[in-house]
Amino acid sequence: MPAANSSDDPERARRFREAALPYLDDVYTLARYLLRNPSDAEDAVQECYLRALKHFDSYRGPAMKPWLLAILRNVCRAEFARRAASRSTPIDDAPEAAEQPPLWHEDQETPETQVLRDRDAVSIRRLIDTLAEPFRETFVLREINDLSYREIAEAVGAPVGTVMSRLARARAMLRSAWMAEQEQPK
Amino acid sequence: MTCNEARILLHALIDGELDASHASEVEAHLGGCAACTAELAAYRQMRETIAAKDLRHAAPPSLRKRIEASLGKAQPVLPTRRALLRGFAMGSAVSAIAATGLVAIVLRDDDQQRIEAEIVSAHLRSLQAGHLTDVVSTDQHTVKPWFNGKLDVSPPVIDLTAQGFTLIGGRLDYVDARAIGAVVYKRRAHIINLFVAQTTSTVHRPARIENLQGFNIRHWSDRGLNYWAVSDLGADELAEFGEKFEAATQNNREG
Repeated sequence: MPAANSSDDPERARRFREAALPYLDDVYTLARYLLRNPSDAEDAVQECYLRALKHFDSYRGPAMKPWLLAILRNVCRAEFARRAASRSTPIDDAPEAAEQPPLWHEDQETPETQVLRDRDAVSIRRLIDTLAEPFRETFVLREINDLSYREIAEAVGAPVGTVMSRLARARAMLRSAWMAEQEQPK
Repeated sequence: MTCNEARILLHALIDGELDASHASEVEAHLGGCAACTAELAAYRQMRETIAAKDLRHAAPPSLRKRIEASLGKAQPVLPTRRALLRGFAMGSAVSAIAATGLVAIVLRDDDQQRIEAEIVSAHLRSLQAGHLTDVVSTDQHTVKPWFNGKLDVSPPVIDLTAQGFTLIGGRLDYVDARAIGAVVYKRRAHIINLFVAQTTSTVHRPARIENLQGFNIRHWSDRGLNYWAVSDLGADELAEFGEKFEAATQNNREG
């Protein structure tokens, strides 16, 4: 065993636990939405906390929650890379198509009176799960993890303008999927 | 402003992310455009429907236990099949975080984060000898009137001694270049500063807890007041403080 280093310091580990563990549900929530699989999500969350502990000494902000979510997100990206390498079938998302001009150009005018019918949490989660990756990520960071645009931009390493257009697009896609379902009940 | 611009910016408007001048530009466009106004209403409705649902996933207790166990140990013992990718992924996390200096003129200043940093500074200042309280009293009926005439709001001062948080006084502080009320509580040896400031919004914003420079900050808004409770207490105890305070203000209104 190497001589005691900073990661052996119980006081440091305690400070880390107190600062980081309160966000466990946030981190797990994002992992579930990004990976769409409970056991992969658990692995990713565990990896995220180990990595965060390792880098806790150099942590100077931003706030703890966006910092953890940024690490989680990068763990998940590594998982995407692993999935892509181990499977010949691509992940369902098509990033090339992702940043295309906004949806409303091609959108048929929806009747202005049309109101989204209330749905239960399970159905809404399922609708969110159908969003393509960069949009789902931005949407979840904003609506469920409650990050500001700037925090999202830092966490995903994209300009704020991109975050804004992804979010607009994510909501447009979600709304279309929502409406399509209520118009054609199975 | 064109409809295409407005249809992106209206989301930032809904999210309260626009600075005042861009918000009024969007509003001016909406004033003359029924289609965009309908869009705004539709997305507001969708957002409210979504916000009313619990869409989070709670971490399974077994995962929590495993993480707690692994964090207590000197060497992480649970290599995952992603161990090889570890270095790669952390590298990009760090560079993503380092990529600050974001410029987006349409966004309001990140007031929240800046103010929270100021709140922590004010908390730290208060801990220096002789700076904690301007009025020392465990009696809410002494502390509350003391604020009269010193601020444009009257911070609720609530004795939470019975709930385990002792009121020890009040103080006038400065945050965001404005006078702000600080009500000071104590739990064991830990000081809690509760900062109270006026806000133009009367929307109830549920609490969120942030950790900044090792301090926990619980922020919430209620009936035209912004609250920040800051302390070196653990997040769970600070959440307890906030919940008890909110419950007590609720009772005071109803009682």
